[in-house]
Amino acid sequence: MKRVQFEHSAVPYLFIAPQIIIIVIFFLWPAAQAIYQSFLLEDAFGLSSQFVWFRNYTDTIVSASWLQAAGFTIVFSTLVTFLSLAIALLLAVKANEVIRGASTYKTLLMWAYAIAPPVAGLMGNLMFNPLIGDLYQGMNALGFDFDHKLDPYDAGFVVVLISVWKQVSVNFIFFLSGLQGIPKGVQEAALMDCKSSFRRFWTITFPLLAPTTFFLMVINITYAFFETFGIIDTTTQGAPGGATTTLVFKVFQDGFRGADIGGSSAQSVVLMLMVLGLTVIQFRFIEKKVHY
Amino acid sequence: MKFTTLLATGIATFATSAVAQTEIQFWHAMGGRLGEVVEEIAEKYNASQSDYVLVPTYKGGYEDTMTAGIAAFRAKQQPNLIQIFDAGAATIINAKGATVPVADLMTEHAGGFDSADYIEGVRYFYADSDGKMIGMPFNSSTPLLYYNKEIFAEAGINAPPSTWEEFEAMAPKLKDAGYQALAQSHSPWIFSENFHSRHNLQMATGNNGYDSTDVKILYNNPEMKMHWSKVKDWLDAGYYGFYGRGWGDNQDAFVQKKTAMWLGSSGSFGGLKASADFEFGTAYLPYWSSIIEEPKGTFIGGAALFAMAGKSDEENAATADFLKFLSSPDVQYFWHKETGYVPITNAAYDVAKADGYYDSTPDAEVGILQLTQPGGEWTKGYRLGFYVQIRDVMYKHYEDIFSGEATVDEAFSKIESEANDLLARFNDTYK
Repeated sequence: MKRVQFEHSAVPYLFIAPQIIIIVIFFLWPAAQAIYQSFLLEDAFGLSSQFVWFRNYTDTIVSASWLQAAGFTIVFSTLVTFLSLAIALLLAVKANEVIRGASTYKTLLMWAYAIAPPVAGLMGNLMFNPLIGDLYQGMNALGFDFDHKLDPYDAGFVVVLISVWKQVSVNFIFFLSGLQGIPKGVQEAALMDCKSSFRRFWTITFPLLAPTTFFLMVINITYAFFETFGIIDTTTQGAPGGATTTLVFKVFQDGFRGADIGGSSAQSVVLMLMVLGLTVIQFRFIEKKVHY
Repeated sequence: MKFTTLLATGIATFATSAVAQTEIQFWHAMGGRLGEVVEEIAEKYNASQSDYVLVPTYKGGYEDTMTAGIAAFRAKQQPNLIQIFDAGAATIINAKGATVPVADLMTEHAGGFDSADYIEGVRYFYADSDGKMIGMPFNSSTPLLYYNKEIFAEAGINAPPSTWEEFEAMAPKLKDAGYQALAQSHSPWIFSENFHSRHNLQMATGNNGYDSTDVKILYNNPEMKMHWSKVKDWLDAGYYGFYGRGWGDNQDAFVQKKTAMWLGSSGSFGGLKASADFEFGTAYLPYWSSIIEEPKGTFIGGAALFAMAGKSDEENAATADFLKFLSSPDVQYFWHKETGYVPITNAAYDVAKADGYYDSTPDAEVGILQLTQPGGEWTKGYRLGFYVQIRDVMYKHYEDIFSGEATVDEAFSKIESEANDLLARFNDTYK
């Protein structure tokens, strides 16, 4: 049998080369470095190093503080993802129904998108400052015995609140455009069949939004895992007692503050595997339920 | 025509500066007012001679500066001089070949070095176990008790407490007057490290870590546990305020008259003078008379300057020349007066005394007097690896004590085991 050979041209490769180079330099190479470093015990200045197999993994992953951080990360990510999606969806549906002054509502809901997480964190930190913070004083005036410097749940509340606030606007934009993409004809047909707007939403609108929701879920989990670093660093810094330390923040604490490169590399590799696992689950199991 | 002249002048300027002047880089962690004073010192130095140019660069907080230095060293782009804080000292000193000991540098390039010129309290902290100085003490501070004189008068208290027993007696009076008695800005530094120095207690095996990296921490001792049970009682009774780990948040509580007393650094003196709109005084760090009759001095805090390795002789000579300038009495006196950090040499202290500075500002002398109090066996300092993380471990468990998540016993046994795990890792890494 004769093999069919097509003429290969170098041009397509040339076109994707910039993207490939960026991926190799900024993603693959650092990832490989992290894996390599995770097997070494090396002094901070790189003057001596020894190969220690899985010592860094057993030292750091099997520790109470890592397990605590992993637990918090799971709870935190679930809360942030669910709340920021739910609130954004509600706001998008309501804003979509508004006729008078619609663009004002939309602009106001969107513009928090322009704020970087560390800035959001700094603002939140000021509002929750025990001496001058309005929200701190407001919470206590309402009778909550609120003290996020000492109470783990209050501290968790602060970081979840700021993280959700920051993310709602992103989700809002996508949900709104998703809603506007639903054909008018489908909506009118549904209106004739069913009077309850609540039921219409869950049987027609929500399933049609599924691709958007799925995409946003992936984005939001990544956000909760990684990008909230800036918020945590500018508010609680993982305190009190490590109660708001996420896995990424711990990687930073051990690697950058503590100069323990091997230990923090081992943690990043584990984090990498966790996110890989999560992505596989999302695309293999959840995406099957999504109809495009 | 014009362009060529310009170009020629440009090249000429560049050439002369490149030939005649050696430029050295100095990375520091002094922000705000402190950073301005560092800039002023650099200007003074550059104006004082024409051979060298010192370029100071602010690199963020202590941890940021150390991280930047480490990254730069790995990339072979290290500065000539870097400021490393007390808790990071073990990391840089144990990395053999990362720095040139200042004692050697000064002997070779600046015509000798005698550590006896330095005041007692700063002489050993950044030295090796034989007493050879590795880092040059720079901003040396010590924990002090600041008290609000107006609140004290209002509550009918005459003098600040010298012991914690006295503190316990006056705290209820302050509470009745509507104030929290005390806040503190750095509990690992003040209520842990300096607690040991003040009471002459051993902090770690191996001569507080100076003799070896194979050491164990000794924080889980009855004195510490007694103290922290008391602190928890004070918190519950409303005598003690905890405003988080941030240094400034707790200092603000004092500035805003929420608390009558604040434990901070002697280096905070200059800043407080500018920000507090009330009269305040300074006093020694209180001690428990039930633990020790005659309290000892405290450790220095703050940071030291390290000359990084891998630089040319010419640049090292410049670095040594700047260090000599920096530790000269006049510059030290200027630094002391502007910031509140203690003068590090006996000569500078004498200049300050001769100038009558302490007659007009007696509170500025309290820090150096505390440092020059009689030393004990365990007041030299400590040298512990991964100490930045160990401090985080302490903070973590202290917060658990405060919030009631853990008992004092549980917290200290966790501090002990987690700190020892870190020390063992450090020992295996740097052996």
